[in-house]
Amino acid sequence: MSPAPTPSFEPPRPLHAAFGWLVFGFFIFTQAYAVLTSPADAMMGHLQKIMYVHVPSAWVEFAAVGVVLFGSLYFLWKEDERADLLAASSAEVGAVFCGLTLVQGMIWGRPTWGVWWTWDARLTSTLVLFLILVGYLALRSFVEDPHRRGQWSAVVGIIGAINVPIVWMSVKWWRTMHQIQSNPRSLSPEYLRGLLLNLAAFTLLTAWFIWRRYEAARYERAAEHVSQAAALGGIDG
Amino acid sequence: MAFRDDVRRIRAIVWKDLTTERRSKAGFSAVAALGVTILVLFGLALGPDGKALQSAAAGALWLAILFASVLAFNRSYQVELDGGALEALLLYPGSRWAIFAGKLIANLLFVLAMLVIVVAVGIVLFAVRVPAEWAALLGIMMLGVVGIVSLGTFYAAMSSRSRAREVLLPLLLYPMLIPVLLASMEATKAFLLGDLLNASGAWVQMLSLFDVIFLVATFLGFEYVIEV
Repeated sequence: MSPAPTPSFEPPRPLHAAFGWLVFGFFIFTQAYAVLTSPADAMMGHLQKIMYVHVPSAWVEFAAVGVVLFGSLYFLWKEDERADLLAASSAEVGAVFCGLTLVQGMIWGRPTWGVWWTWDARLTSTLVLFLILVGYLALRSFVEDPHRRGQWSAVVGIIGAINVPIVWMSVKWWRTMHQIQSNPRSLSPEYLRGLLLNLAAFTLLTAWFIWRRYEAARYERAAEHVSQAAALGGIDG
Repeated sequence: MAFRDDVRRIRAIVWKDLTTERRSKAGFSAVAALGVTILVLFGLALGPDGKALQSAAAGALWLAILFASVLAFNRSYQVELDGGALEALLLYPGSRWAIFAGKLIANLLFVLAMLVIVVAVGIVLFAVRVPAEWAALLGIMMLGVVGIVSLGTFYAAMSSRSRAREVLLPLLLYPMLIPVLLASMEATKAFLLGDLLNASGAWVQMLSLFDVIFLVATFLGFEYVIEV
């Protein structure tokens, strides 16, 4: 084991709590705005409104995977522990939104298609992505040594992110050879405005979640460092 | 010169792993027997209707190969770890990727040998009509096995040295292998049922793409995985 030099720990600069409240307020506003201003859909009625949480969840889930990829690459390049913690925090938040996307899709699918689940290309590849993220998080929880955990999960994160478009492509082909795929409907502007606002709100909200999780992870690591140093012969000062 | 040294290293590791397998024999027999058992279980779940069995044969074959080969991947490192041999292997001079290449080739040969048995039994149990283009079918199986073995050998390097290795390897590996499995199953199915629409071509491309991308990625990533 390479004895990693104990980095002098500076606490992460906490984002001001006001930022969180602002983002949360903005999120409430965009949800209310989208729900109240959009007319009932000709075919789906008010069921359409789930789009304002469903599509943004799907978007931030992919953005979170992007952060995992970035953090993992940066960690392997610079061996900066913070990048590893950022990737881990992002994977957790990504998994949550991935799960939310699936559940929302099912809630929408039940009245629309008459079934909770269908092997639609988007549904199936989101499920696979969810499983890949779960694997990543499981790996992290099963490896004790922080350096090893960082290296391994970085490689697994990168390989997993590479696989996302391939999974999507394969599931899409698999579908098209069996059945016609459902097409996204073109959006009229009164729906689009609410959707774009919510995309912005979800992005900020996710950034907030990831940052808070990252701060917690930094403190956890700092505690580990201290206990390690204490075990190795006491802390001076 | 250096490259030729690496080739010698790879050959030595392949030889070492295969010799270990040959001398114990129990490992291979057990894994192959497990593959056959899984096939039987699939037959029981899907049968006894002949038509249903035939249309499910491709899927059952590939899942049996996948489930059985996962055991081989963990074993391939477990044998090293039990004897404390992995450290020694890493201490020898030479490139890290040569170790991966050696393990990968040894696992490839192991899984292919098992595949021969499982497929032979599958042809009988599932009443598969062997198509005239059986050589092309073998090529597809080869591509699929390369995909499974490359990621399997790679992930086993981590899972075998972590806690809960029995559950960790499948949990990491199965979702990652979904493109390989879909492509292999669909291409095999197309061949077995008479590829009238020529659907297998696209899947073969997908398999080749997957194999190339993940062979490169795992060769590059192995150094980070094995050193810590």
